[in-house]
Amino acid sequence: MAPTVEIHRKQIGHPEWDEPFVVNMGPQHPSTHGVLRLFLELDGETIVGCDPRIGYLHRGLEKLSENLTYSQALVLTDRLDYISSAANNTGYCLAVEKLLGLSVPRRARLLRTIVCEMARISSHLLWLATHALDIGAMTVFLYCFRDREWLLDIYEKICGARLTVSYTRIGGVRLDFTPEIVEELYRFTEEFPARITDYETLIDVNRIWLKRTKGVAVVPPEKAINMGLTGPSLRGSGVPYDVRKFKPYDAYDEVEFEVPVGRNGDTYDRYRVRMEEMRQANRIIRQCLDKLPETEGEPVVAEGAPDLLMPEKKKSPQAVPHPKKGFLVKGAEVPVVPEGEVYVSIEAPKGELGYYIVSDGSGKPWRVRVRAPSFVHISAIPEMVKGHMVADIIAVIGTLDVVLGECDR
Amino acid sequence: MEGILKVAMPGLILVVEALVLLLVALLHVAYTTYAERKIIGHMQQRLGPNRVGPRGLLQPIADVLKLLTKEDIVPLGTEKTLFYLAPFISLVAGATSLAVIPVWEKFALANVNVGLLVILALSSLSSYGVILSGWASNSRYAFLGGLRASAQVVSYEVAMALSLVGVMLMAGSMNLAEIVKAQVASPFKVYAIPQIVGFFVFMISAIAETNRVPFDLPEAETELVAGYFVEYSGIRFGLFYLAEYFGMVVMSAVAVTCFLGGWSGPFEIPGVPFFWFLVKLYALLFFYIWVRATLPRYRYDQLMGLGWKLLIPLSLLNILITGLIKLWV
Repeated sequence: MAPTVEIHRKQIGHPEWDEPFVVNMGPQHPSTHGVLRLFLELDGETIVGCDPRIGYLHRGLEKLSENLTYSQALVLTDRLDYISSAANNTGYCLAVEKLLGLSVPRRARLLRTIVCEMARISSHLLWLATHALDIGAMTVFLYCFRDREWLLDIYEKICGARLTVSYTRIGGVRLDFTPEIVEELYRFTEEFPARITDYETLIDVNRIWLKRTKGVAVVPPEKAINMGLTGPSLRGSGVPYDVRKFKPYDAYDEVEFEVPVGRNGDTYDRYRVRMEEMRQANRIIRQCLDKLPETEGEPVVAEGAPDLLMPEKKKSPQAVPHPKKGFLVKGAEVPVVPEGEVYVSIEAPKGELGYYIVSDGSGKPWRVRVRAPSFVHISAIPEMVKGHMVADIIAVIGTLDVVLGECDR
Repeated sequence: MEGILKVAMPGLILVVEALVLLLVALLHVAYTTYAERKIIGHMQQRLGPNRVGPRGLLQPIADVLKLLTKEDIVPLGTEKTLFYLAPFISLVAGATSLAVIPVWEKFALANVNVGLLVILALSSLSSYGVILSGWASNSRYAFLGGLRASAQVVSYEVAMALSLVGVMLMAGSMNLAEIVKAQVASPFKVYAIPQIVGFFVFMISAIAETNRVPFDLPEAETELVAGYFVEYSGIRFGLFYLAEYFGMVVMSAVAVTCFLGGWSGPFEIPGVPFFWFLVKLYALLFFYIWVRATLPRYRYDQLMGLGWKLLIPLSLLNILITGLIKLWV
């Protein structure tokens, strides 16, 4: 791929017949899902080259969290993949809990699993809405938003926020569900499968939809692994890798669910995988709800979990041995969070979301690094669109389900 | 004095008639946009416009006023003359086609003998607006949109013209009023039944001609932002919008005239001779809107494939069969 400067020179230079027709798609474009910018080299309608540019939404979240305590940095994770903030929260909390060696009460684990799967459904609904809209089916968009609205309302009842929920906290969750919420969720899980069938009747039998998605942007399994695809984008190629199955966290080892995989690895298969995942997510929520009464009355936060106002530094109340000299000193500093480094990954709706946290013993993380699936997925775009038509590029952006808040961080 | 009046009178009447027709057509166009937003709104479980006036009925007027007061931006590097001219070409070509359409038995602004040809010619001309705007805007999106439009119009123009040949053969005339009369006299009363293939091809090509979903590639919002009119603002953008809806109305009117029996109906409504014409017109306009709410967009190569591999062979076959039947029956 030619570097940017060269493309710019080509753009302002004298147009020659043998020079490619370069279109700068984004960052302001209706269907680049945020602020993705793509340099497209076109030959007529065919894409010859594609060069993604990122960074338009960079807010320095990783650096910012170095200046906040572990509890405070939690709210920054909401802003990663802002469509499924509950999943981001959970991943971060799991990492810090691993660092602290906390074990979360079962009720809190169930509640977390529920909000995570709700996040998956709402993320997939938004994906379906925008993917269909990009391809031109307008009605699906509004149908999906209607149902997503329902989920967001439930979120609001759970924790007061709709989008940036910050519902989980280190060592558990912030609030217990009220009976009213459980009832509402039961109602949702009962109705939702019929809604999925609704969307499928809208587009799955539509010949134009099939023509636009079948055989478009085919990724063979080996290539998908090599490109680092995760989540539904990988499973669409037939690789049954799901963190929830391979390394269960929270309550995923208690519930039954299937991991849908595709066969051909094209846009249509990835669409089918996500639709099926919504059904499975619904099933998981249902099972967790059924298990909730067993844990009635349990605390939702682990014993000894750090408070929201956790200190940056902690002095020991009793005299402790001096680390070097050996004699007892009073008021020496002791680690708030044990020193060390952890990596925890979860199955976020977009793919595998990893948190790598290094602690130096203080109340603030020394380094937080986020392995964002969207970042990896964007790097796969050029490979996937080469040789396709202009109209396919938006199908590819849609099918990879990238969100720039997570990519740029 | 009297002599002058005698000479000028027919001309004056024609001008008044034309103005009335234009006004009525504009009103139709304006309220087609309203109907579209309202109908799609209900299909998509939302309300549609409901703030301006009772049930949002004044929305189209508010829209036009807003567009008129907007700043008219002409980007640098545009081909000024063509940039100014393009929306008018589209609009004028669309509006002029209305002149030859017989609204009822005794009224067609220009009852020309080659009405169908005039309509085909004007609809080809209207694509010049699209192509020129794409060229003159000096924008890559607009340019791509213009290219797509020219390719699309060229292929679907052929299919559309061929689909109308069957009608011409059956009616033995290209005068639109004559076609309606021939239809009324035919055993089925409408040509949509014997010419079902032609009707099918015509409706699809008409949607493609007017750049509507699922053939809205030249202005594909999610690919080319707005396609050929991406650089237009204010009322110039509005003119393109008007032209698109004029196109819809004209194409529907042609379909009504050529395939659905024009002004004739199962029974007569006293005092409103154009009642059935309007009913059929509205039904077809509803069809356009319905399609828009339902279908995704074709890809460029699929669009070309559909046009050349399906519609044109189908209409050719239709002509052949119609001709053979006409020859032997």
